[in-house]
Amino acid sequence: MACELRSGPFDPFAELSRFQEALGDRRRSAGALAVFVGTMRDFNEGDPVAGMALEHYPGMTERQLAAILDAARARWECIDALIIHRVGELLPGDPIVLVGVWSMHRAAAFDACRYLMEELKNRAPFWKKESIEGGERWVSGNTPGY
Amino acid sequence: MSIRVRYFASLRERMGRVEETLAPEGLETVSDVWKAVSEGRPMPEQILCAVNMDYATPTSPVADGDEVAFFPPVTGG
Repeated sequence: MACELRSGPFDPFAELSRFQEALGDRRRSAGALAVFVGTMRDFNEGDPVAGMALEHYPGMTERQLAAILDAARARWECIDALIIHRVGELLPGDPIVLVGVWSMHRAAAFDACRYLMEELKNRAPFWKKESIEGGERWVSGNTPGY
Repeated sequence: MSIRVRYFASLRERMGRVEETLAPEGLETVSDVWKAVSEGRPMPEQILCAVNMDYATPTSPVADGDEVAFFPPVTGG
């Protein structure tokens, strides 16, 4: 189980390959990989968005992500899981978050991936500030995930 | 010793500061800490809080050496 914060752009597909390679022999029992990638949009609440700054609480963010991964592991039979999340300055099209879950069968991979993403949205201390025409604004909340 | 208080995102901007330290005397709960930094105002319902990087509530106890954080709803992912 791994969670990583990145201050620069990352390629979620390259990260998945790298992590999967590192699974080594454990990869043989993984019949399923479920993936979620969240990407920055160029539009929000009716306005074009030129860029975004992602603030976080160093230390608490990592602690919350680790707790979310532990909770998923306790609930589903996961072979491994990976969370990567951006911080700092982002541009439209940049990946914000990657969640990947490897498991023996699809049910655990799908369910744990969804759980990790929803828990991250609810609990991990990140805050988005958008650059829009004429200034900046904080994103006030999340859209419902279910 | 002291209690370290940190603010994030829109609340950090509204408070006009990133963090401050308080003498622990008379501070028993998160709510006491909030009142000490906000001229006695009650904690707004939407504000979240943490003690030593774990989520807490206004009635959670605080002690000398703790780090208390206040922030708005989180918007990651």
